[in-house]
Amino acid sequence: MAERLLHPDTPELRERWGGFAWTEANAKAAAAAIAKYPEGRQQSAVIPLLDLAQRQVGEETGTQGWLPIPVQEFIARELKMPPVAVTEVATFYTMFNLAPVGKFHVQVCGTTPCMLRGSDDVLSACYKRGLKKGHTTKDGLFTLTEVECLGVCANAPMVQINDDNFEDLTEASMGAILDALAEGKQPKPGPQIERQTSAPEGGPTTLKKMAERNYDYRGQW
Amino acid sequence: MPKVTVDGVEIEVPQGATVLQACELAGKEIPRFCYHERLSIAGNCRMCLVEVAPGPPKPQASCALPAADGQTIKTDTAMVKKAREGVMEFLLINHPLDCPICDQGGECDLQDQAMAYGRSYSRYDENKRAVEDKYMGPVIKTSMTRCIQCTRCIRFADEVAGTPEIGMLYRGEDSQITSYLERALTSELSGNLADICPVGALLQRPQSFESRPWELRKVPAIDVMDAVGSNIRLDVRQRQVMRILPRTNDAVNEEWIHDKTRHHVDALVRNRLDRPWIRENGKLRAATWNEALEAFAKQLKSAGKKVAAIAGDLLDAETMYAAKKLLAGQGSKLLEGRQTGLDYDVSSLSALRFNTPIADLENADAILLVGSNPRWEAPLVNTRLRKAARKGAKVFAIGPVADLAFPVTWLGDDLKLIGKLPKEAADAIAKAERPVMIVGPGALGKGALGAALKASGPFIKTGWNGFNTLHISAARMAGLILGYAQKGGIADIEAAKPELVLLLGADEVPDGKFDKAFKVYVGHHGDKGAKQADLVLPAAAWSEKHGTYVNIEGRVQRGERATFPPGDAREDWTIFRAVSDLTGKPLPFDRFDQLRAAMVADHPELGTDGVIDWKWSAPKLDAKAEGPVGYAIKDFYLTNAICRASPTMQRCSEELVHGQSFLEAAE
Repeated sequence: MAERLLHPDTPELRERWGGFAWTEANAKAAAAAIAKYPEGRQQSAVIPLLDLAQRQVGEETGTQGWLPIPVQEFIARELKMPPVAVTEVATFYTMFNLAPVGKFHVQVCGTTPCMLRGSDDVLSACYKRGLKKGHTTKDGLFTLTEVECLGVCANAPMVQINDDNFEDLTEASMGAILDALAEGKQPKPGPQIERQTSAPEGGPTTLKKMAERNYDYRGQW
Repeated sequence: MPKVTVDGVEIEVPQGATVLQACELAGKEIPRFCYHERLSIAGNCRMCLVEVAPGPPKPQASCALPAADGQTIKTDTAMVKKAREGVMEFLLINHPLDCPICDQGGECDLQDQAMAYGRSYSRYDENKRAVEDKYMGPVIKTSMTRCIQCTRCIRFADEVAGTPEIGMLYRGEDSQITSYLERALTSELSGNLADICPVGALLQRPQSFESRPWELRKVPAIDVMDAVGSNIRLDVRQRQVMRILPRTNDAVNEEWIHDKTRHHVDALVRNRLDRPWIRENGKLRAATWNEALEAFAKQLKSAGKKVAAIAGDLLDAETMYAAKKLLAGQGSKLLEGRQTGLDYDVSSLSALRFNTPIADLENADAILLVGSNPRWEAPLVNTRLRKAARKGAKVFAIGPVADLAFPVTWLGDDLKLIGKLPKEAADAIAKAERPVMIVGPGALGKGALGAALKASGPFIKTGWNGFNTLHISAARMAGLILGYAQKGGIADIEAAKPELVLLLGADEVPDGKFDKAFKVYVGHHGDKGAKQADLVLPAAAWSEKHGTYVNIEGRVQRGERATFPPGDAREDWTIFRAVSDLTGKPLPFDRFDQLRAAMVADHPELGTDGVIDWKWSAPKLDAKAEGPVGYAIKDFYLTNAICRASPTMQRCSEELVHGQSFLEAAE
């Protein structure tokens, strides 16, 4: 896993993000998230609030968003919890970005199943387009991160770009996705080969009749 | 009460005990790192594994497992041994082998337990992980590569100190303990972090690389930095006290002490008075004892009855008693210990002490603070109040808003409020079963004792007395017993126009008093008192004499001598004894034990250890109190002559009270 470090706390950062406050819509969403927990247990809403804040930062900066320290402190104030406890949560979960990212956050899974199925090819497609692990491209479009298992092993290799998964990749299909994103198009998320979600390639291999109608197999059991 | 069998021995354990506690009751030693009796249970070090049946057929973490009836616990099987060896091997994978240069070496839990429960070899030959050191403030030095992530420090900061500023960032192998943004910890209890750290990750910064635990002689003593009387241990090497550690006393300080207690130790060898000085033509010149004592005796003779003694804050009872006897020989009773001008009524000492035992404070369910900032005036009382607050006690306070590390409802700073509390506070106190009022030195200074006593009705019930007066001077209670109090306070002494004033380590007397008198300073540090004196007699600091101390509860405790005074300095009472010979009225004691026996004969309550049994009686006083109340301590780290001479305390004051940043300078 790539090393994650808190972005340094500088006066410029404080100036830029010190006045962070919810937008009207997010204020409602935050209140709804907090209301899910009983009185005195509002701290439980820290994960939804961090996510919300990251998305709002993303909207404000035209990127995928991240969690500057003043924003984390804002959430600590919202939930009346010690700032360090918010930072503990934000640094624990890799879904929270601790440093600015690009418009597209490309998270390539490099854990064993994906590696065996060719995540190195996926990475090399990224490298060829100038992406570098842990860095954002100069145009601000892509940030490449290698992550641990994202739980889509049946469709390995896979990447997560922003909120979408792209699965069953090859070097070519990964390249096509990146190119499409760079051109401003929206590539189709999910498996990049003929396959319905994680069903077998080329149609079902068992219970084939179920594909046509609601066939009753019970007599054969 | 569940009955469990530990290694074949059946014992009964209290309801709610854990398996680890059951094993301890059975006399079995269970190794542990994360478990600490006074902190919540984390269960993350896995060192306390034992075999428990019924249950899954694998080792279980005993610290987090409740003991249940009929359990069979085994702590000495092959499985347990192998499991502990395995855990130890994992812990040591990333722990550096720098014990020879580590300050924890010799008193390190990891070192000891690796010897007792580990293998003698490692199978790990990869690179070890290294972690950057973190800044945690002026008293804690970190060496984070040594950290084993037990999280005791996080729990201590959160639960005991009430300053949740430490956390574990990142995850897995990258986990790092740090203070928030590497800022200095704002807790006055942060020195305890080094005590609870089971490895050498958190260390005492002022004492780094100074001594080894096995070369230190350990002397029991009583803390004089505040009036709580924390039990401490002085670690002495040759002629110097190297460090101060807490001794466990559940009735007083549990096992914590605050940073002032712990780190003023470097001042015991700094700025000391080590020879007598005589003022000639406005300037002090060094003198011999003979000259100094002759001068002292001459002034005593000429002053006759017009002699006064003012006791400082750090004095033991014996010193005050010897001085009192010296004055009695002159026919004077002009004794006063309240240097800053307090003049509360002293007719009933039971109204001037903590009637609630300190240990019982944590059971209080409603607390009213009057002109008291216990976090600075008595940090170890504050930890008890904090415990009560965590259990749900409502805390109300009259005084300027301050951070007490627990939630407080601030009622305002007008003393009139004592008589007419807002409805919310009055209701909470009326409903409470164990209400507590603490009258602080701020309120005493404003003459609010009478008003507080008048309002004390709801706080006193059968079997519970919640009226407490908080002092900040370690010498106060003993001083009041010995009669170091005039009706009008120090003003009465001034009015008596003494010709000779004996300043017994009294450094807080405001300038300009007793200008006409010949001032003799008997003390140990060159501070405000010595500066204004006409004759300076070097005496022993608290660590250099045996002494009896009475804390705010009226608890009599004794400390022992750890070292000898530096240079020509000598114990205070020997000075009085010597000068009494020269004036021709020799004091009736030649040895310390005779002095103590004489004191106990006059004041039998000082003869037995433990809380003095004073019957509760409230004197009828003027109950009028109004106007804003403040706090007595302006700077926690610089409250007496010793602290002011301590570089560590100076630095703490600059950094933690005045907010100066040392991060760059220190690293």
